Amino acid sequence: MSTETLRIVWIYPDLLSTYGDRGNVLILARRARQRGFRVEVLEVRSDQQLPTTADIYLLGGGEDGPQALGAQRLLADGGLHRAVAQGSVVFGVCAGYQMLGTSFFAKGTQYRGLELLDISSDRGPSRAVGELAGDIDARLGLPPLTGFENHGGRTRLGPGAAPLARVTAGVGNDGTTEGAWRGKLLGTYSHGPALARNPALADLLLRWATGAHQLAPLNDTWFDRLRAERRAAVAAAARP
Amino acid sequence: MPLRAKVASSVSRTAAALSRAAGRGDGSVIGGWLGLKIDPDLLAHLSAGRAIALISGTNGKTTTTRLAAAAVSALGKVATNSFGANMPTGHTSALAKAGSTPYAVLEVDEHYLAQVIEATEPHVVALLNLSRDQLDRAKEVAMMAQLWRAALARHPDVRIVANADDPMVVWAATPPAAHDQRIAPPHVTWFSAGQRWHDDSWVCPECGATIQRSGQQWWCTGCPLRRPDPQWTVDDDEGVVDPTGAWYKVKLQLPGKVNIGNAATALAVAAEFGVRPFDAVPRLADVTSVAGRYAQVVRDGRTIRLLLAKNPASWLEAFDMADEAPTLLSINARDPDGLDTSWLFDVDFAPLRGRQVLITGDRAYDLAVRLDVNDVPFQHIRTFDEAVRAVPPGRLEVIANYTAFQDIRAELDRVN
Ligand SMILES: [Zn+2]
Repeated sequence: MSTETLRIVWIYPDLLSTYGDRGNVLILARRARQRGFRVEVLEVRSDQQLPTTADIYLLGGGEDGPQALGAQRLLADGGLHRAVAQGSVVFGVCAGYQMLGTSFFAKGTQYRGLELLDISSDRGPSRAVGELAGDIDARLGLPPLTGFENHGGRTRLGPGAAPLARVTAGVGNDGTTEGAWRGKLLGTYSHGPALARNPALADLLLRWATGAHQLAPLNDTWFDRLRAERRAAVAAAARP
Repeated sequence: MPLRAKVASSVSRTAAALSRAAGRGDGSVIGGWLGLKIDPDLLAHLSAGRAIALISGTNGKTTTTRLAAAAVSALGKVATNSFGANMPTGHTSALAKAGSTPYAVLEVDEHYLAQVIEATEPHVVALLNLSRDQLDRAKEVAMMAQLWRAALARHPDVRIVANADDPMVVWAATPPAAHDQRIAPPHVTWFSAGQRWHDDSWVCPECGATIQRSGQQWWCTGCPLRRPDPQWTVDDDEGVVDPTGAWYKVKLQLPGKVNIGNAATALAVAAEFGVRPFDAVPRLADVTSVAGRYAQVVRDGRTIRLLLAKNPASWLEAFDMADEAPTLLSINARDPDGLDTSWLFDVDFAPLRGRQVLITGDRAYDLAVRLDVNDVPFQHIRTFDEAVRAVPPGRLEVIANYTAFQDIRAELDRVN
């Protein structure tokens, strides 16, 4: 952590906040405060310059136009690249996840991405809409991923990125793997408030940002019930 | 009316009556569906000879339609789809059922507006607002605005009543050539009914630049698109100001400032038919509830009021309408609701702090996590009866999304 205060930047909420993406900001901030950290949340609009010294950067989902515009402005700004070079954590969901890669598809054309993650996205044969579940990369030591996806893209991973999870329900990247991560960069197709379904993932981001090996456990009664209920619903839907 | 249309219309009416008699809802969808099977142009045939108003938008269209129908009834009989069946089958059924009327006021699902304009050749179209709704299925907001705009550009003769506070609506109501010259086209009447939700219109639909806001004003930083001066406005003291500057006290039985806004819109629509606000205002006060919305039911000493809230913008309005009283929130994510509950994080539930909050519904746990993160204490209950028992005698506000609302309405014997 760069200072005593944990600084969270929500990148371009005016462009990339289509599916309750604010949830990830709120959940990270709350879980950090519950562990006694001082937290500062900065909402940086697309006409503002991105600070380069924050600890966690969040990229949300968006429609095609805003996604293309967001990527363009982040490339021009350069702040996110400097922050990553200094070891900041980046979490991208849906459109924000695609933007982290080398290229993505929007409004009928291929756009250049931020080239921070070794992934590239193209348009898939159909829109993937529905529950998404998967077993997360064992090296991350997290319980299974659960979420909701809604995207038309398919994502290929290059050798420089590892899949976040192996898909057990839904589509994710390509029906087999879902999301990607490298170092302290992590992206997922589990869209919107992905951390509401995956508080352990929120804690992973907080551990990366603070350098803490362990964080005090919290009362996650409602998170746990939501996860159990969603996993049961996915299992019930899978039964013939 | 051609013979085929007459037969289709009659079948449509009969099927609707049979469906009602069989206890299968109000029959407005099945009747219209059968009629359109026999005569695909039935809606056009039924529309001929009537002066029609179409009312569309993401929120408030059912209530505004009801209020506008009440206002236009100052002139004569009005056909309307008062049960919220707002697709062409519902319109067909409503017109067939009403028989011959000089006027019709129809609520139209925003996805069908272009199609219904083609079929009905309306006198006036009211555009209320566009915001995120049913995220897993609905069209993106900007795409919907584009569809509206294209449909209206094909019908330059249609009069438009549109919301000056919603950039997406203003852009949709402005023909492609007109806004460059900074003149609103003469056939648009702008109203301002206040708008709490702004999160779907920070990016200009015309040029992609940022939209700035200051007080009620908004303007694009990259092109001439900006808030037009509204002719109809809402006054803080439950009043509506008409284009001549005359002020009318609007006394409604429906709660909240948002409904004064809906009333202003209804008066603007009625004025397009020549109804004077003076004659229309008293009729608005006769509307007590709209397909169960705002209905009040007394059970076991609790006065229960039902509020429908189906997307972030309408939740903000529901909090404004609800009294400071125990509140039951119910959330489902069945097909008509949309399967995605992510939008719960677009709603700030903080206004509920300090009230007794109960939650229920298929997706109560999604709501539980949201409220937990929002620092709003709550109690999870399984049934509606349990909720009634859990609160002291007095008022119980119920805020629910679409199918959850229908479930509770069924508990209360399909209250209207
Ligand atoms: Zn513009």
